[in-house]
Amino acid sequence: MNFKKILPQLLTLVVVILVFGFFSYNAQVNMENRGITFGYGFLSQESSFDVQFSLIEYDGSHSYFRAYLVGLLNTILVSVIGIVFATIIGVVVGIARLSNNYLIERTAAIYVEFFRNIPLLLQIFFWYFAALRALPLPEKAEPIFGVFFLTIKGFFVPAFVWNNIDIFTYSVIAAIIAIVFVRLYAKKKQENQGIQTPVLSISIGLLIILPLLSFFLGGVDASVEIPVIEQLSKTSFTFKGGLKLPPELISLALALSLYTATFIAECVRAGVQGVSKGQKEAAASIGLTPNQVLKLVVMPQALRIIIPPTTNQYLNLTKNSSLAAAIAYPDLVLVFAGTALMQTGRAIEIVSITMLTYLTLSITISIFMNWYNKKIAIKEK
Amino acid sequence: MFKLVKRLTSIVAMFAVLFTFTTETMAAKKSKTLKNTQKKGFVRCGVSQGLPGFSNADAAGNWTGVDVDVCRAVAAAVLGDSSKVKFTPLSAKERFTALTSNEIDILSRNTTWTLSRDADIGLTFVGVNFYDGQGFMVRKNSGISSVNDFKAGVSACTNLGTTTELNMRDFFNSKGIKYEPVTFEKADEVVAAYDAGRCDTYTTDKSGLAAQRIKLSNPDDHMVLPETISKEPLGPVVRQGDSVWEDIVRWSLNTMIEAEEYGVTSANADMMKTSDNPAVKRLVGAEGELGAALGLDNEWSLRIIKQVGNYGESYKRNIADTGILPDRGPNELWTKGGILYVPPAR
Repeated sequence: MNFKKILPQLLTLVVVILVFGFFSYNAQVNMENRGITFGYGFLSQESSFDVQFSLIEYDGSHSYFRAYLVGLLNTILVSVIGIVFATIIGVVVGIARLSNNYLIERTAAIYVEFFRNIPLLLQIFFWYFAALRALPLPEKAEPIFGVFFLTIKGFFVPAFVWNNIDIFTYSVIAAIIAIVFVRLYAKKKQENQGIQTPVLSISIGLLIILPLLSFFLGGVDASVEIPVIEQLSKTSFTFKGGLKLPPELISLALALSLYTATFIAECVRAGVQGVSKGQKEAAASIGLTPNQVLKLVVMPQALRIIIPPTTNQYLNLTKNSSLAAAIAYPDLVLVFAGTALMQTGRAIEIVSITMLTYLTLSITISIFMNWYNKKIAIKEK
Repeated sequence: MFKLVKRLTSIVAMFAVLFTFTTETMAAKKSKTLKNTQKKGFVRCGVSQGLPGFSNADAAGNWTGVDVDVCRAVAAAVLGDSSKVKFTPLSAKERFTALTSNEIDILSRNTTWTLSRDADIGLTFVGVNFYDGQGFMVRKNSGISSVNDFKAGVSACTNLGTTTELNMRDFFNSKGIKYEPVTFEKADEVVAAYDAGRCDTYTTDKSGLAAQRIKLSNPDDHMVLPETISKEPLGPVVRQGDSVWEDIVRWSLNTMIEAEEYGVTSANADMMKTSDNPAVKRLVGAEGELGAALGLDNEWSLRIIKQVGNYGESYKRNIADTGILPDRGPNELWTKGGILYVPPAR
């Protein structure tokens, strides 16, 4: 062992421990002086506040921990919606940036420059208050396809009322397992015999046919509940029945995906441009079709460039979703680090849990993306 | 796992401490807050982000309001000059942390006095400077004229992290009405969302409703329902553990109310030194040694009355004359049918 090598490391460690120890000791002393107790026991107490929008059953008679779950699930919901839409918009715009068509290329460029250079909070306010100003009151809403109602109080959509939903769920799981087997078989067949199987269309077929069978044979039954307008007072209306997406969720998801999509678009453009021209020409020269060139040669190489910076954008989007508090979307920060913190006064406990939660969310996304990145990386044989 | 949680907690605690780095041990006899205030030369006061009548800044940055006057009274008593106050605008969410972490010394921000706030989180309420109650604002043309007209599905806009949120639930639950709470961090966004039609009703303290109504695009189209659904005694708050400072703030507020009771105003305070009534003479420092008990000189209360005025003057200047709540209601002296009643200064 080289002592000289270890000493600086050891010193750093000691300093870090001392600094952290000093701060936490100081916090303890200060809290004691001010009569503030410390503990996580409050999590099981009754929360006694309501939340406007929740994925799980919740009201004020549930615990603070349940309120935490409500906030967490809402954060995950808006992040997932944001990530999906940001990716779709990002890929489309990124490819449009490479288009030979001047109009398409310019439009995409203007979109990117416009949306990535305006602060996100401002964009969230814009979409929220613009939506509130532009959307009609419930009684004046024009139905979309007769059953969707986009109003200032939310987007009301028909909801399914299920019978035997568990059998339906099993059928979907069975379809997914079947698809995995088909893919494995197709891969083997290609390696052994060089014959390609249309995996995609078979997969889609399975995903439709199996759940459909569960309707006819498994006794699964779904009826549709359509929102109906209801009068609350002389001039105020709302919709009853069906599913309600609050305007806060819609405008937040919109703002997050439009903003993050600009960065993803640039990642995609950089990725595709990063594949050298010679690769495409070489692929074409051995007789691959343009589609095959894109699928087998360009994309696998471009993805290696695209994935790492895109991971950052996914993380940013998840963390940026905490701006929800500004527009009343009940995410983790609003419900837990907002209302619950205020009602209990347990700042250190709640902030620590919230930080830990965001850390866990980010690391989970990061681990998944790293796994995917490794999967598509160059495998030296 | 528990160990890990504990360790991470200490890390977080560190961040909290960064703000409270100038740690202090509160001695029982002398007040560290008083000493620090005198050394700095100004009173650090936490106020709202803009609530007309209570704490509101004009274009030039001058703060006015009944909550502001409490801090000014303390500055007059402690530093001899009511203008020596540094105001920090705080959201409902930030207010208690700002006080416990030593960023401010008085929180005078239309804050409701409740048991859990008083006992649980290191705060002490010193009194009540405004008796309020929660109410509802609706559109006049809605046909709703009483809280009994609300129906299931009603959406209510309010501020998050307030007692309002809890009262609202108690109220709608007791009526068996399913409602939709839409909560914002800043009052301006609540007003904007209600104004746009996102909510059927806007609920907060009635004084707040009266003050915020002015900000709506057509104030005359809206009205406050007659019912009051809760008790909201609003008052100044100090950190727990400095009882001398607590007494100074409490008796600065009490002085303003007692001055009104005895008819002492900013205009006649000097003349009252020769009054026949010993209670009045004590109030203006011409008799007794009341200042010494607080660690102040004997003119402290005279300065409050001369520089800030009595409670009635402050109310008239900030709330009545601005048209927010011309009727004093419960905030009238006990001798005139209200519930303002303070212990005697003697």
